[in-house]
Amino acid sequence: MSPRAAWRLEGLGFTCVYDYAPGKADWFAAGLPREGSLAAVPTVGDAARKDVPTCAPSEKVGPVRERAKAAGWDRCVVVNRERVVLGLLREKELGSDPEATAEEAMRSGPTTFRPDAPAAKTAERMRERGAIAVLVTTPDGRLIGLFRHEDGKLSSAERA
Amino acid sequence: MPATIFRDEVRRLAEEEGAQLVEVLPREEYEEAHLPGAINVPLKELDGETAARLRRDAPVIVYCHDYQ
Repeated sequence: MSPRAAWRLEGLGFTCVYDYAPGKADWFAAGLPREGSLAAVPTVGDAARKDVPTCAPSEKVGPVRERAKAAGWDRCVVVNRERVVLGLLREKELGSDPEATAEEAMRSGPTTFRPDAPAAKTAERMRERGAIAVLVTTPDGRLIGLFRHEDGKLSSAERA
Repeated sequence: MPATIFRDEVRRLAEEEGAQLVEVLPREEYEEAHLPGAINVPLKELDGETAARLRRDAPVIVYCHDYQ
């Protein structure tokens, strides 16, 4: 639809027209601001805990475990320099060989959600499936935070 | 020929060049959620009269939901 609009505007004499082809789905999925009647509905990105610990794939599990534990966490997200999620160290993996690297111990390809998903509905689905927490990433895989199902509170707008 | 751009360029053009964001979806969809500062000109209503709302001295960025 937007390519046709862009061509139409050029036909109407506009000389500097761009087509943002990925559109608002891409914008919202990146957790960027929005306006409109649904803008106030809490999203997974709003509710995600941004302080979830991270580590590099080359770090040893032992020190990573101690760092996570000191911060009150039982998991750590393995990310690269661009903060792209590579894997997850849950309690089980954090308790494995302390000399292993995070890359060796991590659970690869963890499930991720986009930040524009409604928080309450997502929490309901997670509860139904027995999921406690999921990672929230941008469409290009960069970590935003960790969303736990208890973080989703059903708002009136979402119930409607 | 209109250029296809991506998120980072949208932000840059809006912030640095005062680009105008135009959502071309129907009004109901626009009212639910749109990009900050975007105006709504549904594709079906796009003509010389509705386009007159747009400035000609600044870039215009059109968008819809996704690659549709």
